[in-house]
This record gives sequence, C-alpha cells and structure tokens, in this order.
Amino acid sequence: MQAETTLGRAGLWFLVALAAMAAMLGAKDSGFAAHALIVAIIAFGLLIVSVARFDPAASLSGFFKIPQEATRYDDDPVRWAVLATLFWGLAGFLAGLFIALQLVFPELNLEPYLNFGRVRPLHTSAVIFAFGGNALIATSFYVVQRTCRARLALPGMARFVFWGYQVFIVLAATGYLLGITQSKEYAEPEWYVDLWLTIVWVCYLLVFVATIMRRKEPHIYVANWFFLAFIVTVAMLHVVNNLAMPVSLLGARSYSLFAGVQDALTQWWYGHNAVGFFLTAGFLAMMYYFVPKQAERPVYSYRLSIIHFWSLIFLYIWAGPHHLHYTALPDWAQTLGMVFSIMLWMPSWGGMINGLMTLNGAWDKVRTDPIIRMMVMALAFYGMSTFEGPMMSIKAVNSLSHYTDWTIGHVHSGALGWNGMITFACVYYLVPRLWKRKRLYSLRMINWHFWLATLGIVFYAASMWVAGITQGLMWREYGADGYLVNSFADTVAALQPMYLMRAFGGFLYLSGFLIMLYNVWQTLAGRLRDEAPMTETPHDEEADRPVPPTAVPAE
Amino acid sequence: MANDEKRIDQPTGTEFVGHEWDGIEELDTPLPRWWLWTFYLTVIWGLGYTIAYPAWPMLSSATEGLLGWTSRGQLAEEMSVADQARVSVGERLAATDVEKLLANPELMQQATAGGGAAFRVHCTQCHGSGAGGNQELGYPNLNDDDWLWGGSLTAIEYSISNGIRQPDADRRQGAMPSFDGAFDSAQMSALVSHVRSLSGLEAANSAGAQLYSENCSVCHGNAGQGDRTVGAPRLDDAIWLRGSSPEAVRAQILNPKLGVMPAFGDRLDPVTIKMLTAYVHTRGGGEDEVIADETSAETVTAESAVDGANEQP
Repeated sequence: MQAETTLGRAGLWFLVALAAMAAMLGAKDSGFAAHALIVAIIAFGLLIVSVARFDPAASLSGFFKIPQEATRYDDDPVRWAVLATLFWGLAGFLAGLFIALQLVFPELNLEPYLNFGRVRPLHTSAVIFAFGGNALIATSFYVVQRTCRARLALPGMARFVFWGYQVFIVLAATGYLLGITQSKEYAEPEWYVDLWLTIVWVCYLLVFVATIMRRKEPHIYVANWFFLAFIVTVAMLHVVNNLAMPVSLLGARSYSLFAGVQDALTQWWYGHNAVGFFLTAGFLAMMYYFVPKQAERPVYSYRLSIIHFWSLIFLYIWAGPHHLHYTALPDWAQTLGMVFSIMLWMPSWGGMINGLMTLNGAWDKVRTDPIIRMMVMALAFYGMSTFEGPMMSIKAVNSLSHYTDWTIGHVHSGALGWNGMITFACVYYLVPRLWKRKRLYSLRMINWHFWLATLGIVFYAASMWVAGITQGLMWREYGADGYLVNSFADTVAALQPMYLMRAFGGFLYLSGFLIMLYNVWQTLAGRLRDEAPMTETPHDEEADRPVPPTAVPAE
Repeated sequence: MANDEKRIDQPTGTEFVGHEWDGIEELDTPLPRWWLWTFYLTVIWGLGYTIAYPAWPMLSSATEGLLGWTSRGQLAEEMSVADQARVSVGERLAATDVEKLLANPELMQQATAGGGAAFRVHCTQCHGSGAGGNQELGYPNLNDDDWLWGGSLTAIEYSISNGIRQPDADRRQGAMPSFDGAFDSAQMSALVSHVRSLSGLEAANSAGAQLYSENCSVCHGNAGQGDRTVGAPRLDDAIWLRGSSPEAVRAQILNPKLGVMPAFGDRLDPVTIKMLTAYVHTRGGGEDEVIADETSAETVTAESAVDGANEQP
C-alpha cells in the first residue's frame, strides 16, 4: 500500500517533469522556456523526494524547530506560512531599498535583469502578495480554526494552498526579472501563472469555507467575514482582470480581452480592490482577532463591525475609477469613482475605531506591551491613509497629486504603517504560541523594531509628501510671461534629496525587520533573552515582610 | 455562547452582546454618533455631487449634471485662457522679423521667456539644461560668444529651422576629412602641438605650422580664426568643442566627428522658433546682425541667393 502510493506519486511527478521538459523544448520564447525549466526542476525534485527515503520536509522541520507533537488545531501550514512571511518580507524590503537607491544613484540600474522597470514589480509583488499574502494565509488558517473551534477541513488541500502559492510567487518573481509581464500593475504575471494562481486560490476558498462549515460555534466571527470577503473578491478580481488569450500555448505572451480605456478601467477596478480587499479587508480580519486577543479586551462594538463591514464591502468595489481622473475615461465614471471614494471614508474608519476602542480599559498596555503599541500604530496609520485616500480622490487634489511621488508616499504609509506593522504584531503574537515557547526571545527588541519602523515610515512619508507636492507644483509652474518654467528633468533633479531621505527611511524600516528576524530566530531556538522587563511594577522591599512581631498576631 | 443574563463590561460599563469566540467577546456599544453623521453627510454630499456633475449612466449616455461641466470643456477653457494670455505676444512675434526683435526690448523679453520653456522641452537633451553643451559628446556650449555657424538672430534662426548637416539641406553642411594615414607619428605630434599653440597652450613649432598651412588653414584659417560658412571651429581661443587635450585634438584630426542637429522647422511653428532664437541669443554670446551679414557677404556671395530663397515660408 505504502509502496503503491509512493510509486503513484513518483509517476505523477515524473509525468509533470516530462511535460514541463517538453514545454521547455517547444517553447516559443526564452522566458517561457525558463519558466518551464523551473517547473521541471521542482517536479524532478519532488520525484526524487518521493522515490528516495530522503525526507526534506522532516529535515526542514528540524531546522526550523517545528514542534512534532500532535496539536489540537492543525497549525503546520500556519507555521510554514509564518516562516514564508518573514522570508519574502526580507526579499521584498531589500528589493524596495534597492530600487529606492536606484532612483538616487541611477548607475545601480544593472541592465537588463536588475533595472528599475523589472525590480519595481518584483518589490511590489514581493511585499503585497508574498509577504502580505503569506501573512494572510497564516493568520486566516490560524484564526478560522480557533474562532470556529474546528480543525482545518481538507488538511492536504491546505498544504497544497501554501506550497502552490509559493510556486506562484517564484514564477511571478523570476518572470519579472526575465522580462515577462502583461504590463498590468499588481497583475504583471502572464496567463499560465494566472491560471495556476486561480487553481491555488479556489483551493484556498474551499479549505476556508469547509472549515467554517465545520464550526462548533453558532455564529461566524467578524474576522472570518473579512477573510471570506477577501478570498472571494480577490478570486473575482483576479479572474476578470486577467482574462486573456495566449499567443501560443507554449509562449509567455498573451493579449488581454480588454483594450483601451476598458482595459484601463478593468485594471484599476482590479488594482484599487487589490488594495481594498487584499490589504484592507484581509488585514482588518487579522486586526479583529489579534487586537482583542493581545489586549484581552472585548471588541468595542458589534454593531459597528456589522455596519462598517457591509458598507466597506459595498462601497470599495466602485472606487477604482479615481485612478483614472482626467483621462479618456468618461466623466460620469470618474465622478462615480470619486464619490464612492469619499463615501468610503467613514466605513474605512469604522475598522480603526473598532480596533482602537477595543483598548478601552486596557490603554495602559500601550505603555507596557510593545505588541499592542505596534497594533495601535498600525491602526493609526490605517486611519491616516484611509483619510488621505479619499482626499486624494477629489479631482482638484488629484490634479496636483496624480503621477507624483505623493501617491507613492500614500501607498507606503498604508503598506509600511498599516499592513507591515499589523503583520509584525501578529507574527510576534503567533511565534511563541506556534512553536510552544514560553515567550518571545526578547520584548525589548520588539520595542526597537517598533521605533525603527516608525521612524522609517516618518522619513518615507514626509519625504514623499514634499517630493510629490514639489513635483506637482513644478510641473504646472508658469512664469510671468505665461510659459512653463521647468522641464521634466529639472523636477527629477529637484527631487534627488527627497529620494535619498526616502531610501534612508526604507533602510530604517529594514533594520527594524532584521531585528525581528533575529528575535524570531532566537525564539525558534528556544532561547530567552535576559533583559529588564518593559515595565517596572512598584515594589517596596521594606513593606515586603510579615507583620512585625510587636503587632498583635492574627488568629 | 449566549447568556440570558445581561452582563456588563466593568471598565467601560457597556453590555456584552453575548457571543464568545476563542475568548473574544463583543460589546453592544452603539454606533458613534459623529461617525454615523459624518457617514450620512458624505452620502448626502455624494448624491448632491452626482446631481451637479455628470454621473449616472443611462442607456446611451450619462446624465450631464446641472453645472454642465465636462473635463474636456475644462481643459479647453484652461488652455484658451493660457493661449489668450499669450496671444498678443504670439501675434506680434509672427508679424515681426527675427532681426527686428532687438529693437523691441519688451517683445524680446517675452520671446526669451517662451523660448526658455521651449528650450527645456526640445533642446536640453543635447545642449544641457543650462545650455552649457557637452564637450565629451561634442554638443556646443550656447553660453559663450564662440559660434560655429554664426551668432546673429538670423543665423541662429536659420540653424534651428534647418538643422545642422541635414542630408537634404543646402547650407550648414561643412565636413572635415579624415587625416588617418596622412601624417607619420612625428608629423602628427608637431601638428597637434601647433594646433594647441594657436590658443597659447603650447609653444609654436615650424614643422607643425608648415603642415597646418598646407592641410588645415583652408577651413580653420591661417591663425586658426575658423570659418563660419563651413562650420569650421575657431582654434585660436580657449573654447573647445571636443576638448583641448593632445589626445582629443589628435583623435579629431585622425577621425573627425561631425555634429548634427535636427531641422526644427519641420516640427515647431515659426513663432516658437523665433522664441528659441531669442532665448539662445540672450544666453551670453548674441551677435548683432551687421557683423554676421558682413562675414557672409565677404566670404560666399552665392550663398546670399540661397539664403534669400530660404528665408521666409
């Protein structure tokens, strides 16, 4: 029986490897051939693994000190996704710092594989989909089990979701460097990678929904509403925006179903809701579980969670056209995009209020608990960028801010402040629990991480505000005689100091993350740092004694 | 886990809803009033905005909005305001011959401002944002008074309109032959040394002077004063198109590089070219018409005829 399964599995991987090799030999372009080779290598590796007794999963588990005893909940995919979050986070932040430096020192553009045009989508996809996506997989699998009091349904499929998603990331990332792109922002991978992600994502939905259906609780917790909205909507966005006809089944190139302004609108309907459902709804789900847990307080308002959930879900999906103000997009669509963005302001803030006010009765923890401090900072940045977003969608503001670095600053105050900080906080919460450790290696290091990251964001956001507004004003500056004052190259030269400050901010953010990696690594190794506690509870040595003998003894 | 009794959360004094998941409970706090009213306000504002502006898609077109605003209309209006502000300048420039500009300081100043804007779009790629040129690539510096083809308003306008060394143009065609193999090593050194001596970089030498007068003086002049009719650079000043080092001079003699410039008459309107002319003329080395006319008159008379034919469209 065992032997037959092994043989069947080996045969399957052999067929996959063979098909991939055939695809490589028949490929119409070198990029597709390279991707087919990567798939063949993965399948060949898995073939060897299934035939030989060699068990890399076990040795990797040993390396990462993954607990082997049976657990009440199925936490293995969660642990792997936490590790992947940290790994891709490092890759994404390094790529970000690299392209930030490329803008200051153009000679860092190493042609052709490491030029700005190729590394930039590598950075955005690595941080959004690899770092953020793995954080969402980890937390959703962790939260859904606990709030349903049920083990993961379809455990084999859950593992496929994790590993399949990593294959997607590898194909996407190598594709960018090889120059394979369908030129849609945040949806750059070509048709075959999109198809693969669709399979993985449908499995993700199945695992999640099946687990909810096995729940032992009468109601579905609010975090799971948000996770479900995120998974379902991302599936829809991904499929529609990537509808395309491949030029050849053995080539990387494809043509989109949409053309011209329809293509632009579909793309920004997708792009804006990638922000709305991936980076907002999904991360609000994380907030709704981990903030009350860490604060040990009840959620502030059940009613607010219902109203802001449904208003957010309903309004977000219409806001995409504000990315296309003053373009060929018809005026009516631009108006609707702007109006829906303004109405989105309060529904977005509902999440911030519910998160922050959950700390009612536990505000002192901001002083004593660096994880809570991170969560509060994340919610503050969430609130700030969900105010800035509607403001920038107003046409008059947009005419100044659009195409400038202000947009980049806005995105990063959300990404670094909200998504990054809440992810760090959740990982700090998860690691000791998943690895069965008493506590993290060091709480004081979290504090260092917090301050480095916060300072980094301040440098980033402030320099990009100045850069964006400078850029916008220089572009539109007319002299006394009615002629434009600046050339495009003049504005680029004027921004260089701001770009340097931005890179410095990114460096600080990365340094904080490196401290986190060290801290997590030591926690995995089971070490505890000998350090002063974060708070000093008053203690009077003199009073710490039995009642003095002169007094009348009790009893 | 539902609980029949009403339970109150002590720190906030709020009732629990009664559900519990993995230890997380929820409070029955009402919606914050300021939140709710701000939300209503944005919705009401949104409805009002969609009535005022084009918004609701119908079967064949969308509602136009009470204000009658369109983004194309706004653009056209703003452009026409900007055009109106410049229209008198444009009209007066169109009616003014370029050589008469200096007589009208106000118009000259406005033309220079417009020329600066056009220069930043069309010229900085080669001549640099400060018009300082690039010695390594051989793009002339426009801030000095050393001109390859003439520095009067008419000469500059002609260069901009017709370009330099354009295949089908009649003028601005001068070329320097390659002297690769013409001199042995000693002769070459002597010649390079002589060329540099013309501007005082080295001491004069008779061997070099001999070679120079036989091979170079036809275009560059006996004393290295250059010749604008063929675009031969002056060699007797401290301004160098492609560098003054012995290596740079030697490279240019062996394998001369000849700069080209597109004919902007094909892509810009005459008013913009006049403005560019004014801008370049004010960079520091603008010359008066008289001098330019004298030079061209005394050198090549045949060219005057061609000049006349080409002058105005």
